Amino acid sequence: MAEELKVIVFALGQEEYGIEVDKVRTIERIQPITRVPKAPSFIKGVINLRGVVIPVIDLRGRFGLEETVTTENSRIIIVAANELEVGFIVDSANDVIDIDAESIDSPPEVVGGIKAKYLHGIAKIGEKRLLVMLNLSEVLNRKEIMQLEQLEV
Amino acid sequence: MDMNAYLSMFIDESNDHLQALNENLLKLEGDPNDISIVQVIFRSAHTLKGMSATMGFEDLASLTHEMENVLDLVRNSKLSMDSFIFDTLFKGLDALEAMVQDVVEGGTGKADVSAINAALQSIVKGDYKNKSAGEAASAASGTADAVTGNSGGGLLDIFQHSVLKQSIEAGNQVYYIQVTLRESCVLKAARAYMVFDILENNGEVIKSEPSVQDLEQEKFDRSFVVFMISATQAEVLKSQIEGVSEIELADVVLLDAESLQLYAPTAEARVQPAAPSPSAPASREVAKKETTEAKAQASAGAVAVNRTIRVDIDRLDSLMNLFSELLIDRVRLEQLSSEIKRSDLIETVEHMARVSTDLQDLVLKLRMVPVESVFNRFPRMVRDIAKQLDKKIDLIVTGAETELDRTVIEEIGDPLVHLLRNSLDHGVETPADRIAAGKSETGTVHLRAYHSGNHVFIEVEDDGNGIDGAKVSRIAVKNGVLTEEEAKRLTEEQMQMLIFAAGFSTADKISDISGRGVGLDVVKSKITSLGGHVTIRSKQGQGTVFSIQLPLTLSIISAMLIKMGDEKYAIPLSSIVETGIVQRDQIATIHGNQMIEFRGSVIPVVSLGRVLNVPGYREEDETENEIVVIRKGDKLAALIVDSFIGQSEIVLKSLGKYLPSIKSISGATILGDGQVALIIDPNAFIK
Repeated sequence: MAEELKVIVFALGQEEYGIEVDKVRTIERIQPITRVPKAPSFIKGVINLRGVVIPVIDLRGRFGLEETVTTENSRIIIVAANELEVGFIVDSANDVIDIDAESIDSPPEVVGGIKAKYLHGIAKIGEKRLLVMLNLSEVLNRKEIMQLEQLEV
Repeated sequence: MDMNAYLSMFIDESNDHLQALNENLLKLEGDPNDISIVQVIFRSAHTLKGMSATMGFEDLASLTHEMENVLDLVRNSKLSMDSFIFDTLFKGLDALEAMVQDVVEGGTGKADVSAINAALQSIVKGDYKNKSAGEAASAASGTADAVTGNSGGGLLDIFQHSVLKQSIEAGNQVYYIQVTLRESCVLKAARAYMVFDILENNGEVIKSEPSVQDLEQEKFDRSFVVFMISATQAEVLKSQIEGVSEIELADVVLLDAESLQLYAPTAEARVQPAAPSPSAPASREVAKKETTEAKAQASAGAVAVNRTIRVDIDRLDSLMNLFSELLIDRVRLEQLSSEIKRSDLIETVEHMARVSTDLQDLVLKLRMVPVESVFNRFPRMVRDIAKQLDKKIDLIVTGAETELDRTVIEEIGDPLVHLLRNSLDHGVETPADRIAAGKSETGTVHLRAYHSGNHVFIEVEDDGNGIDGAKVSRIAVKNGVLTEEEAKRLTEEQMQMLIFAAGFSTADKISDISGRGVGLDVVKSKITSLGGHVTIRSKQGQGTVFSIQLPLTLSIISAMLIKMGDEKYAIPLSSIVETGIVQRDQIATIHGNQMIEFRGSVIPVVSLGRVLNVPGYREEDETENEIVVIRKGDKLAALIVDSFIGQSEIVLKSLGKYLPSIKSISGATILGDGQVALIIDPNAFIK
């Protein structure tokens, strides 16, 4: 029996993505976001999550996809990794499934325009469903923000 | 009677005593003939020894014991202090501190103290000057150990005995107390505990037989014996102990040097606990005569007791966090009640607001700690460094009672160490140079703290050589900190500030005190991260003042809330000079910079909307602009804002680790409506 992974499934455009459930703290509805000046454009701002200020990033923007307006289905997934707490804006989040750790294949070079380094692998569920597993530590890599950072007043 | 219950008390008190020892030794070094200081030191050392022996930290006890022997000779004028004795005592203190630290970290407090012990013993014998001391002393200590090991016939071991003996010699009252429980007693351990409770309130228990652990586990018959030092009168003790229920008899006997000898480790016959001490009746009579005197002493002592408790820091922190939550709700309630407009609701909310303001003051005060806790390690440090550098330096500390938030206190130590070292190494000149410059041979370094408005200032001032701005900027150019062009435009003050630049050092020689070029830039960034800033005032040839300005607290501040388009921001009230309105045509453009005239001087205008890229707001569209005049040091600037919301107490929150640090934004806060507002860092707008 192979190791089972519990993952939260969310959608960005047509693709479905997965994050290990133990990295996810909560899933919130879209709420007012305070813009942070001079932050990279994919950082939408900060929210108040029960008294803690948490930055929120638009995953579409982070992956260089076209950004869309949020809808009724949009969610903020709060993840915690590398001692960081960050919210991801996603188009929808509606499923928790178990996947077989062995069914994760290493990702092809480009998936839906997203660089492979942000991906941990592709999990095949059933016959047709493909789930893109995120490489959280790379998505949250701060070095890139630093490079993107626009300096000076 | 678990020893662990006393461990934290032991640690706190030993630290207090070590601090006192350190301070007084330094004082004594300044005035070696003042026997009254020796007395104070002796008492501290003595208490420390007693405590360590009771807690079973034998290395601690043996080292303090040896130090005490030396001090005893000094205080009886049989020995005069010299630098060897001072250094040895200081070394002993360092070892004690290390041992206590080990205990703090959960260790056993054991350490090899034989070298220092030997040195101390050689001082006592007076043969330290002819160097052969080492072996002789260690041999002596070996025999002493053997003696302790072989005996064991007596009730007291060698330390306990000497503790008691010395307290008798010092004029304290030492009691031998035998407590007998009633035969019917069921909760023997509990009764023993109650007795100990009383005893410890009255003085210091040196020894109990059976041991405290055995008593706790009811491993005793009906009676137990305690040796203690107490200022309380024998009768009083007796009646207090007998006041505990199920106690049949408490036999309290005052011991003198002779009767104590009976319990000494070398005593051949073990004294039967049941047989009353022969000298008891006599001592009791003496005790009676002293009744009035003792009572007077006791009542005086009771008044002096400070009513404080020690509280776990984590609890204070969580109290603070909970209060922050409450404050956010309060602001929300105020907002709701002003919308609903029901007078009884408004009244209630207003009352709550008043109470919470008082509560806030109180909570913040709880977290305030005198800077003394940081300052008190500096005299010793300065002494050591001055010795190492062969300089003569007086450190004058003032305002140590000034209080600061605990978080600031924890962080401020290292920057101050750096600044002091810098002043000692680079500031104060060598005695020869000082005399040549027509100054007194001994340099003076002032360390002072004081309140001013919403800030606390800490200053390090030396009367040394001052900072040579030109030299500083030359080196900065050489080290690539800035270009020659840039250097030419700097004022003297700006040149001096260059010493805070990263990778900078003016020392011609690199020493291990300072001068590695790290340090001062670390100082600056640390202080900035605490929300404060450093300035330098220096006059060449006359000295330098480093002045650190720190906020009183890091967690709750008063702020002005402003609106920029749809966005809200907070500006700390502490940097606001005033608010006002200017006509668009009053804003002049000078050299491409916008300026306005403000109370007789011309100050720069900063367009906050443009700096923060605020969407949907253009100040040019208005004929009048609201401005907030801010201050950094003595420089002013005006920020153009959209509109004012009002003043509010805000709770500082960090933006989290993910976001890169953003110039002009110092943090975030949560407003009454639950939304996040960013806090503007006024210092970023004034260069």
